[in-house]
Amino acid sequence: MIHRILALATAVTLGTAVLAEEMKLAVTTSFENSGLADVLLPAIKEDLGLDVQLLVVGTGQALRLGQAGDVDAILVHSRTAEEAFVAEGYGTHRREIMYNDFVFIGPAGDPAGIAVAGSAAEALQRISAAEPAFVSRGDESGTHKKERALWAEAGLSPETFGAWYREVGAGMGASLNTAAGLDAYILADRASWLNFGNPAGLALLYSGAPALFNQYAFLAVNPERHSHVRHDLAVQLEGWLTSRRAADLINGYTINGETLFIFNAGPE
Amino acid sequence: MNDIYDGLLSAFWLVVTLDADLLEISLRSLQVSLTALVIASAIALPLGTLLAIRRFRYRRLTISLLNALMGLPPVVVGLLVYILLSRSGPLGVLGLLFTPTAMIIAQVIIITPLIASITHQAMRELWAEYHDLLISLNTSGWQRIRTLIWDGRRNLLTASLAGFGRAIGEVGAIMIVGGNIDNATRVLTTAIALETGKGDFALALALGFVLIALAIGINVAIHWLSRTEREGRW
Repeated sequence: MIHRILALATAVTLGTAVLAEEMKLAVTTSFENSGLADVLLPAIKEDLGLDVQLLVVGTGQALRLGQAGDVDAILVHSRTAEEAFVAEGYGTHRREIMYNDFVFIGPAGDPAGIAVAGSAAEALQRISAAEPAFVSRGDESGTHKKERALWAEAGLSPETFGAWYREVGAGMGASLNTAAGLDAYILADRASWLNFGNPAGLALLYSGAPALFNQYAFLAVNPERHSHVRHDLAVQLEGWLTSRRAADLINGYTINGETLFIFNAGPE
Repeated sequence: MNDIYDGLLSAFWLVVTLDADLLEISLRSLQVSLTALVIASAIALPLGTLLAIRRFRYRRLTISLLNALMGLPPVVVGLLVYILLSRSGPLGVLGLLFTPTAMIIAQVIIITPLIASITHQAMRELWAEYHDLLISLNTSGWQRIRTLIWDGRRNLLTASLAGFGRAIGEVGAIMIVGGNIDNATRVLTTAIALETGKGDFALALALGFVLIALAIGINVAIHWLSRTEREGRW
C-alpha cells in the first residue's frame, strides 16, 4: 500500500523546472482586471523572450513588495506614493506609461442624481447629501487613494460619514461585487468596470472629468538597495513599454468598442 | 441558481475539451498539496504515534497545543511564511517567495498539526490494546512506533486524507506566499478567488466543481490503491 501511494505521489510531485528569462512585476488589480496584460505579456515574450510574472495586488502592497525587493519592478497608479518610493531610494526613477480614467458607478436609477453633476467634487457632494450606500475599496490601493483625494477635493472627510459609507478592504472586482449586491455607488476604473461580469443593477453614471484621470507609471526597483533584483530585465521591459509597439497595442486595446488606455510615455 | 447551472455547464466543457490552462493549474494544485501531504505525513505520523506511547513531563501541554494548532488560521501562516521568505526577511537569500516551494512550506505548517492530532487520537486506542504485548516482547521505542503505524494504517490514512482535504482547499496562505502568478504559482483555489473578483461566477464555479471532483477522485484512488473495504478486510 505504502509503495503504491509513494509511487503515485512521486509521479505527481515531480515538477519540471522552466529555464526562460523571467522577472517579477507587481501590478495593480485594476490593470490586471482590464485584460490589457493578456495582450501585452505575449507580445513581450515574443519580442524580448522575457517571461513577466505578474503579482496582482493593491498599490499599497505593490509598493511594499518593491521596498522589500520581492519583485523586480512595479506598475502602479498613485503619483504621491510613487514619488515617495523613488525619493526614499527604493526605485531608480518613475516613468509614466499610460493613463485610463476612473468612473462613478451606481444604481441605474441614480437616487443621488450624480449624472448631471458639473464636476467630480460636485458628484461626491451630491452623494454625501443623499447618503445612499457607497462602497469604498478601503485597501490603500491607488483607486482608494484617488477616492480619498476626491473626497478631500469636495471638502468632505469619509471619517465623519455614517453607516452608508462602507469600506470593504478588497480588490476592485470584489468591491464591485459588493456594490452590485448592495446596489451601492462606487468609484472604479473604467477598464475594470467594462470587464466586470456581474453588473446586476449598476450603471456607469459619471465620467470624463479631468480630475478622474488615472496615470500609470513604471518603477524599476533600485539595484543598489537589492543587489539580487533583475534590473537589466526591468530596464529592457521599460524600454519595451515605452516603445512604438507598446503604444500601438495599448491604444488599440478596446472592450465593446471603447478605448481603455491612452499611451503617454514621453522620451526619457 | 442560473449561475450554478452555468458553472456546471462550463465545468463540463472545460473538462471535456481538456482545457490547457485548467490542466496546468489542476496539476499544480495536486503537485503542491500532495508534496505538502507527503512531507507533513512523514513528520506527523511518527510524531503523533510517539505522543501516544511516550510518557513525559509536558505531554498533556504538548497535546493540547497540537490540538489548538489544528485551527491555525491559514492567512496568518501565510503572512508569517511571507515575512520569513521575503527578500528582506531572515530566509530571503533562498529566493523562495512566490514559488511553489513556498506554498508547500506554508501548507506543511498548516496540515502537520491536524494529521498529528488525528494520528495521536487513533494511536492512543491502539496502544492501549498493544501495550502489554509490545512491552512483554521487550521491543525498542522505534519498533513500537513502526508496529503501531503499520497496524493502524487505515486510521492513519484517514488522518492523511483529512490533511490533504485541508491543503487542497486552502487559499489564504498560498495566495500570500505564492502570489497567484499565472503559469507559475496559480492553483485552483487562487484561480477561483481571481475569477470571483472579476465577477465571472460561471468560470469560478466551474473551477470549484473541478476542485471538488479532484478531491473526491484522489480520495477514491487512494482507498482503491490501498484496498480498504475489500476481501473481508476492514
